[in-house]
Amino acid sequence: MDKVGIVGVGQTKYERRKVGETFFDMIYEVTVKALDDAGLTIDDIDNVVTVSNDFWDGRTISSMAVQDACGARHKDISTVEGDGVYGAFYGAMRVLSGSFGTTLVVAHNKCSQSRMNQITNAMFDPIYTRALGLDAVTSSAMQARAYMDAFGVTAGQLAKVSVKNHRNAKNNPLAQIALDLTVEDVLKSRMLADPLHLLDASPITDGAAAVIWANETAAGKAKKQPVWLKGVGHMSDAYHLGDRDLARSPALVGAAGKAYAMAGIADPLKQLDVAEVSDVFSYMELMWYEGLGFCPEGGGGGLIDSGATEMGGDLPVNPSGGCLSANPVLVAGLARLIECVLQVRGEADARQVQGCSTALAHGIDGPCGQSHCVMVIGK
Amino acid sequence: MGKRVAIVGTGQTKGSSGRKDVNGQEMINEAVMKALTDAELTRDDIDAVIIGNMDHFEGINYVDTWSVDGSGGYMKPIMKVTTGGTTGTTVAMAAYYHVASGLFDKVLAIGWEKNSESDTTGAIITAFEPIVDRPTFAGAVGGLALMANRYMHEFGATQEDAAYVAVRDRRHALKNPNAHLQIDITIEDVMKSPMIAWPIKYLDMCPRTDAACAVIFASEDYAEKICPRPAWILGIKNRHNFTFLGDCALGTLLSLEDAAEALYPRIGITEPLKQFDVMELYLPTSFAGVQWIEALRLCPKGGGPELVNSGATDMGGQCPINPSGGVLSSNPIGATGLLRVAEGALQIMGRADKRQVPDAKMALVSGFGGCNWSDLMALGAKKPD
Amino acid sequence: MTDWIEQTEDMVYKGRIKVPYTWWVGETGSHFFATLRDEKKLMGTFCAKCDMVFMPPRKNCGRCFNQQMSWKEVADEGTLLTYTVPAYEADIHPMKPPFAFGIIKLDGADTGLTHIVAGFGTGQLKTGLRVKAVFKEDREGHILDIRHFQPV
Repeated sequence: MDKVGIVGVGQTKYERRKVGETFFDMIYEVTVKALDDAGLTIDDIDNVVTVSNDFWDGRTISSMAVQDACGARHKDISTVEGDGVYGAFYGAMRVLSGSFGTTLVVAHNKCSQSRMNQITNAMFDPIYTRALGLDAVTSSAMQARAYMDAFGVTAGQLAKVSVKNHRNAKNNPLAQIALDLTVEDVLKSRMLADPLHLLDASPITDGAAAVIWANETAAGKAKKQPVWLKGVGHMSDAYHLGDRDLARSPALVGAAGKAYAMAGIADPLKQLDVAEVSDVFSYMELMWYEGLGFCPEGGGGGLIDSGATEMGGDLPVNPSGGCLSANPVLVAGLARLIECVLQVRGEADARQVQGCSTALAHGIDGPCGQSHCVMVIGK
Repeated sequence: MGKRVAIVGTGQTKGSSGRKDVNGQEMINEAVMKALTDAELTRDDIDAVIIGNMDHFEGINYVDTWSVDGSGGYMKPIMKVTTGGTTGTTVAMAAYYHVASGLFDKVLAIGWEKNSESDTTGAIITAFEPIVDRPTFAGAVGGLALMANRYMHEFGATQEDAAYVAVRDRRHALKNPNAHLQIDITIEDVMKSPMIAWPIKYLDMCPRTDAACAVIFASEDYAEKICPRPAWILGIKNRHNFTFLGDCALGTLLSLEDAAEALYPRIGITEPLKQFDVMELYLPTSFAGVQWIEALRLCPKGGGPELVNSGATDMGGQCPINPSGGVLSSNPIGATGLLRVAEGALQIMGRADKRQVPDAKMALVSGFGGCNWSDLMALGAKKPD
Repeated sequence: MTDWIEQTEDMVYKGRIKVPYTWWVGETGSHFFATLRDEKKLMGTFCAKCDMVFMPPRKNCGRCFNQQMSWKEVADEGTLLTYTVPAYEADIHPMKPPFAFGIIKLDGADTGLTHIVAGFGTGQLKTGLRVKAVFKEDREGHILDIRHFQPV
């Protein structure tokens, strides 16, 4: 694979309700930030990929709202409707194709502007499932139950993810919710849908993010050392919840396998220095440990107990605070990738993992993490 | 460097006002099966799936994950791309970049729409900016009518001038078994049809259609093994125009002009009418059929009516436009752009049956959508250097 | 120049998207719903290559793309694979609490059907519980012709 790397990144602060800002404002903000970070101008950008979702935005052709904000005039442009990591992957492909030297990828969402239940209810099949009234919370709760029953993972172990990530968020000035919690705090928080408590769930968040990819030649113009794409893979499981073994994530195993093969990773726990995974709910982080091969199947609870994924552990996971601390849906995956870039660059300030040279970013799409995208980046 | 990419198989369902016999996913599967059969491949051979439609027409969120049973995406890489009317061409471009990147060898691009399942205008209105534009604006026809109106004002074109496009495309559709509308009409028929939004009349306007289209893209390492005459992708460009409806001049389709200006030099086109053997263009109204071809430099500004009415763009003419019948004959919105790509590819591959332009070696296909997005793709029989 | 930003109150504009939908169920789905409505029977489709009975039914097999599926009746009784009791009310919910969402492996099917579980006592819900469909009296060919599943 030819070299393609990230030379610029930008994020807004993640907030519950950005009343004074439109999608346009947020995308402009992160575009300017990413360009400044890269030391490039909008004229250095050869093409643009936007990431947005018509349902979340309440707008058909949701990309129409932002294409001028990200400077796409007189440029090729496309839109991925899916998590930001997928959009980032597509942006990288466009550079690897040889057609473009640089790609700007931007993502936005204002979850505060819509009703989560109805938006996520719409991902269920209109003929067989939607009328039942499921949404992201209740469907994920069923997955959490299946996972816990299959492997004896406890509510306390789920809570540890929430404790870790909310505490990590204290080191991330952009995170929405930073808290000092105990396991008991999580277990005492309001029940949403058994077994998920309020503090097991990510918040409603508004935000935007941007990355700039460049090939080797174009990267020469950038201010900072690029963080190179080492490996990437994506894969989807079956759709109907009852078609799947909800306690396991074979699609993640498949996606990670591809990414690891390209990046030469045989022992992820050893060879990765940091991972930013999509912990939309606490139990998901434990499941994704297993799918990513950080521990054997069923070992997610044991891994969080061991402390290996804490700051200072063998493989810190979500130093940024993860989705549990800020979840602008779709943007969240791009934020995971950006956090990894900052880690590899050594620019992660208080949340820096020392000596970081290889990082993993992960995003999900569809009900109960049906589809996964894994990206390994490094020096 | 990137890989060279070709189209090696296509499939489409026959356009219909309402496919009641299948749900959306089953309709997708029909097109996918046809494409796999055309390419003599199986689901196992496919390395990635890319799918597109306009969400609010079917009311399903995360269509890529929903459709895996029909699309073949089970335990495969899947991605959703959506850009409104240009979705079909955007999906094709995404498939191209997937393969050109060198990371995927055989990629399945799917575009589909079941317009019968929703209120098309009700859904399209939601494309427009909610605070300023949406309360006063109505659907796709309104915007297209504004463009037609402006064009007539600037260049003195008449409704009759434009009507020939409708006659031409509908006549072509009679030879396309997959076209939704197959009607033989005259200019008089067009002029007598009811007015929808001045100057666009019923027969000037495209239908709304249920259909799916699937196209298989392959890298240079596989294309010639799979297909005796693959359609190579020579170049791709796209451009867009506005944030608010009133942002851009409407007398010319500026985004298409911009895209053509960017594409032609890259592939050595100086006289498009001469150098292309056939075109499948996204022309949603007859007026677009005279106005937008000027943006492609097929003739000077204001010269569209003369060129079209001369018969140069009819089957048998110098450069036939829309042998398939075009968008005026079938408009399953998420698939419409991909149908242009598929039809252009069929011409190069020599598989266009009764609508084949003899010895077609270079094809130009276009996509269009709100906000005046224009996509262009050039296909050729000769592998690019 | 930017002082006006500080002085301007942030306005919020409310809106609602109203796009009515009529989803074509298709022939396969129609047979399933007609049988449910008329005979209170649940029909799955069988893929001989994968040796799997799918519930809900599929026209083609998503795994092997077998286009020749055959109809197979499954029982209206089965095992609860997983469940959750929502602790909040939402207008998308089909009934008032107490109820649960669940995935049920009906006897004879190889995949689970997502549906509603009700009529359970405190602490009664658990993975592996046997449940049976309760049908509505007036059925119209809709997934909620099964009012819910309840413990056997």
